[in-house]
Amino acid sequence: MNSVVSFFYFLSFLTILSAVMVVVSRNPIHSVLYLILTFFTLSGHYILLNAQFLAAVNIIVYAGAIMVLFLFVIMFLNMKQDQEESKTNLTKIAATIVGGTVFVILFGAYRKTAIEPFNPQTYDSQIGMIESLGHMLFREYLLPFELASILLLVAMVGAVLLGKREIGERHF
Amino acid sequence: MDLTEFLVKTATIFAVFVATLVIAMYSTWAERKVAGFIQDRSGPNRAGWGGLLQPLADAGKMFFKEDFIPALANKWLFIAGPSLAMLTAMLASAVIPFGSTIRVAGHEVPLQGVESNIGILYVFGVVALGVYGIMVGGWASNNKFSLLGAIRAASQNISYEVAMGLSLIAILMMSSSLSLGEIVSQQHGMNWNIFYQPLGFIIFITCSFAECNRVPFDLPECETELVGGYHTEYGSMKLGFYLFAEYINMFISSAIISVLYFGGYNYPGMDFVYNQLVNALGTETGHNIATLIGTAVFFGKALFFVFFYMWVRWTIPRFRYDQLMNLGWKKLIPLAILNILITGAAVLFLKPVITAWLN
Repeated sequence: MNSVVSFFYFLSFLTILSAVMVVVSRNPIHSVLYLILTFFTLSGHYILLNAQFLAAVNIIVYAGAIMVLFLFVIMFLNMKQDQEESKTNLTKIAATIVGGTVFVILFGAYRKTAIEPFNPQTYDSQIGMIESLGHMLFREYLLPFELASILLLVAMVGAVLLGKREIGERHF
Repeated sequence: MDLTEFLVKTATIFAVFVATLVIAMYSTWAERKVAGFIQDRSGPNRAGWGGLLQPLADAGKMFFKEDFIPALANKWLFIAGPSLAMLTAMLASAVIPFGSTIRVAGHEVPLQGVESNIGILYVFGVVALGVYGIMVGGWASNNKFSLLGAIRAASQNISYEVAMGLSLIAILMMSSSLSLGEIVSQQHGMNWNIFYQPLGFIIFITCSFAECNRVPFDLPECETELVGGYHTEYGSMKLGFYLFAEYINMFISSAIISVLYFGGYNYPGMDFVYNQLVNALGTETGHNIATLIGTAVFFGKALFFVFFYMWVRWTIPRFRYDQLMNLGWKKLIPLAILNILITGAAVLFLKPVITAWLN
């Protein structure tokens, strides 16, 4: 087993462990911190696949911005230990059924998919580099790219509109 | 990568690491000296000549103080806070080009930890992570003031990161490369970005003040309202690490400002000096000495910006919180977008005209 493969197994172990800890942790702040660790290990996987741009953007967007907002909101909530036991048996059974169904669907989909074998002759190791990604994005997928940016713009305008103070509203 | 290259690389990384720490250490001394100069007093002058041993005395004091953890604090996260602050502060120095290349036994080794084609994105990612140390420490202290400081730090960092990223995009449009080494070598021959991007520079330096939590943006530790902000409950070397991380961040952001806008290791008359040295001392020694002069110039530029940080600290009073948010969202972001539009128009229409006119 060469060093890259053993590193891959170590990284995968760390990813799964931190992902499990996100669910298992009782303290929501710990969950968020484990989720950040999961994003870091995923970025490690991207680097192993030679997709450096994706790795950096994953850190900037998810670990650097979205998770800070998550932490920000959770810090405002006053988590009490006794509120945690309010889940009824019905909720627990429903959650188990939904989770189990999703697992079965994912496993079935995984079994059905045929992953194309990797061909060393035609494989371009620079495919994940930022230059080739840019060419791909702005030549072949320009329309989807622009549509996605319009979607984001609409979402941003909507958020500004919701957050805007209306005339006559109380001034804090 | 063979052994010589590896050894030069290791030595470079080690030297960068030590230089960052020593500069951060003496920044604390310099800050008090600058404060003394600006307020017309002497500053530290008891320990050593001109107070030069003061940082060592402070570090010694901090190490020997009682390492106290509040009873209701979250113990592990309380320790993780300052550790994360130090870790994220040290990470960014890996991609900064401190000089051009060193020639050893026929190998050209760049004076840069990692030459990567996503250098600037890496720096941006590390800057985005910088807030976790403050947030985790502030929350784990289990104190209302610390929590308020942490929340302020988070909202401030997120707000100013947007304007910072947008001002960087204007640079990237001109350089069409994300690699810091490439951006520096394009500025060779007084082709510094500051002449093309004055507005972007002002936005970037304002945002880096906010990202380092320096005055006038030091609301997370605003002592008139929040006791000590996020580090109210901290003492001993844990507090020391928070303060130290701030000085490291200052140095790193000064280095990045000089790389992006002030030509890094380039200086006027660089080719003349290079030719003189190569003619006098041969291609290997001459080249290496020219590189080291460039590195000294780079450190000079970076240290000037560290001084600028201190100068501003003792000149400008602190913003109010709503002023901070208005400046970030309503002034800097529209200005940064305007800067992108102007840069785009200039690159598309003005540049071909000027190039045609020059030839």
